[in-house]
Amino acid sequence: MRVALFVTCFNDALYPRTGKAVVRLLERLGHEVAFPTAQTCCGQIHVNTGYYREAVPLAHRFMRVFDPYEAIVSPSPSCVGTVRESYRRIAERTGDEALARSAARIVPRVHELSEFLVDVLGIEDVGAYFPHRVTYHPTCHSLRGLHVGDRPHRLLQAVKGLTLIDLPAAEECCGFGGTFAVKNAEVSVAIGADKARHARDTGAEVLCALDSSCLTHVGGILSRQRSGMRVLHLAEILASEETA
Amino acid sequence: MSVWLDPPAFPDAARVMLRDSQLRHNLQRATATIRTKRAGVVSELPDWEELRLAGAAIKDDVLTNLDRYLLQVEERVTAAGGQVHWARDAAEANRTVTDLVKATGVHEVVKVKSMTTMEIELNEALAEAGIAAQETDLAELIVQLGDDRPSHILVPAIHKNRSEIRELFLRTMPDAPRELTDEPRELAGVARTYLRRKFLSAKVAISGANFVVAETGTLVVVESEGNGRMCLTLPDTLISVVGIEKVVPTWQDLEVFLQLLPRSSTGERMNPYTSTWTGVTPGDGPQSVHLVLLDNGRTRVLADAVGRQALRCIRCSACLNVCPVYERTGGHAYGSVYPGPIGAILNPLQHGTASARDRSLPYASTLCGRCFEVCPVRIDIPEVLVHLRGTVVDDKREKRVPSPELVAMKSLAFALSGVRRLAAAERLGSLGGRLLGRRGVISRMPRRLDAWTQARDAPVPPAESFRAWWGRTRTNGRAGSS
Repeated sequence: MRVALFVTCFNDALYPRTGKAVVRLLERLGHEVAFPTAQTCCGQIHVNTGYYREAVPLAHRFMRVFDPYEAIVSPSPSCVGTVRESYRRIAERTGDEALARSAARIVPRVHELSEFLVDVLGIEDVGAYFPHRVTYHPTCHSLRGLHVGDRPHRLLQAVKGLTLIDLPAAEECCGFGGTFAVKNAEVSVAIGADKARHARDTGAEVLCALDSSCLTHVGGILSRQRSGMRVLHLAEILASEETA
Repeated sequence: MSVWLDPPAFPDAARVMLRDSQLRHNLQRATATIRTKRAGVVSELPDWEELRLAGAAIKDDVLTNLDRYLLQVEERVTAAGGQVHWARDAAEANRTVTDLVKATGVHEVVKVKSMTTMEIELNEALAEAGIAAQETDLAELIVQLGDDRPSHILVPAIHKNRSEIRELFLRTMPDAPRELTDEPRELAGVARTYLRRKFLSAKVAISGANFVVAETGTLVVVESEGNGRMCLTLPDTLISVVGIEKVVPTWQDLEVFLQLLPRSSTGERMNPYTSTWTGVTPGDGPQSVHLVLLDNGRTRVLADAVGRQALRCIRCSACLNVCPVYERTGGHAYGSVYPGPIGAILNPLQHGTASARDRSLPYASTLCGRCFEVCPVRIDIPEVLVHLRGTVVDDKREKRVPSPELVAMKSLAFALSGVRRLAAAERLGSLGGRLLGRRGVISRMPRRLDAWTQARDAPVPPAESFRAWWGRTRTNGRAGSS
């Protein structure tokens, strides 16, 4: 299948390794990956902070860039959620009927990575090898936004060598919240410190999630604590292979 | 006494509350307990989701036809011997109640816990007129005796522990025995004795109502301690201050809410006391019954197409108990009797976004979505929060000198409006980030950006962005341009 990668601006600028992992993974599974280079940002930062007006051209741009593709895959639940939910709302608020129409057309073709692997490709064992103890944090946008359910767990459980350890109070938010992380920095860190404590209590080496932004926040706290625990996007674990 | 004098913006108030480790501990324990209880009793009902849908649909019908239902309420209450008063705002409601109490000649009234009367600061208005209002709900009594402010809709004294309550009782109740311990049973006993005397002498009671059944003009109060039943039945005069959104059309509709409310609020299948009264019953209970119907910004909420779902709220406080922000800051940080996620939307919806507090509240959330998940009437709080952020930003656009945030957001949007600009911004950010990085992380950022690095490291941007890598290594990605 020909798959268009919507890498997201955040991963593009800060985590190219996550984007590369998605490319490696999908190609290993026998699919052709396209990267429409005109893509920039879905507009999530703007919408979620209240800058609807600035988000409108970004939303239109997303449609224009990705409309030619049958399958669009992204390693970011919050950005997928923006396309699925927020575009409709931006359209309502700004009275932009064209945006509402094109959003309705494109939404069924936009998939978060774990949804794409399990639902569209129908695979759980992607042939990965990762001999480490991992705990998984279901980010709010994946859990309550997209309802990805246990798909990431199923993918992780099928990874050779991987030990998956339950994260206590897993469903609680990490405290990132986009611009909340700086507008209410103290509260954000107070919430994140509890998430970091739960993660460390598992004794796992790696904290895994689907949103790089949440991982930056919790990972930043773990790093400041000199915890020795790393954070990794699911794609990076799934892309790992046994090297002979 | 407990007037919210010009409350500070949320981040400032929250910063103060976060330092109180006792408060954090109390909150974490209390909210976790109620969360677990709620989850237990909700999972017992196979039709919980249908009940939520029904609750939302009934309230939406009420809000759509509010004019008709309110007139029906007025007509039925009047026909049953009650008197209906309309109040546009807090001042009007307070004046009406004060005049009604003055007419009876008494100087003390008993009160059933009522969010609405706290919203309009009725106790303060009565005090100015020389009338003492005695709260009778145990937690409200604790708050009142301590000259304190409530910090939770349902558990107003959630920030106090039992040894603090013991000290308070010893200090403020003349009859409290010196050997009083901090056992909850003993504390409740002392409060009971104190309150019983008030109930038996009270001539006037003031209440709110959880619901008003339009078809019969019946008011409904749902409570746990029985203090409400005392207030509603013993005095000669009963005055109820009720928000106009509290209407349900029929008794059959009420059945839905009597399942949703106790399970969502206290985590009980049924609350201990449900009192209903319809006007006056000769020779039984209060012989002078008044209903004050309060607007106080509710019609303003109604006019907001996205925000009006907030008027479905039945004040259960389930959203407070699951909120990661509320759990850390407590209710006082919100500077309102309505704290937590629902307060973060209700306050700016009712009062507009003119004050620093009301402008900051829509941002007092990570948008984690748990509040919507537990809301018994399906208020999509995250959706309304983002909608209100849009209102706050639109207000900012009116300013002659643009705020730094507006400039930053516009610059970001400009950088993202073309790939060449974005690539240039990425190269610049990468360079700057790598200059700040030490041993793989950035632990200190320049001013204005240092909110991130106070307690968190930041990643050093990579030397090469994804798009740069793709451009360098691939040739098959030339779809689209500009």
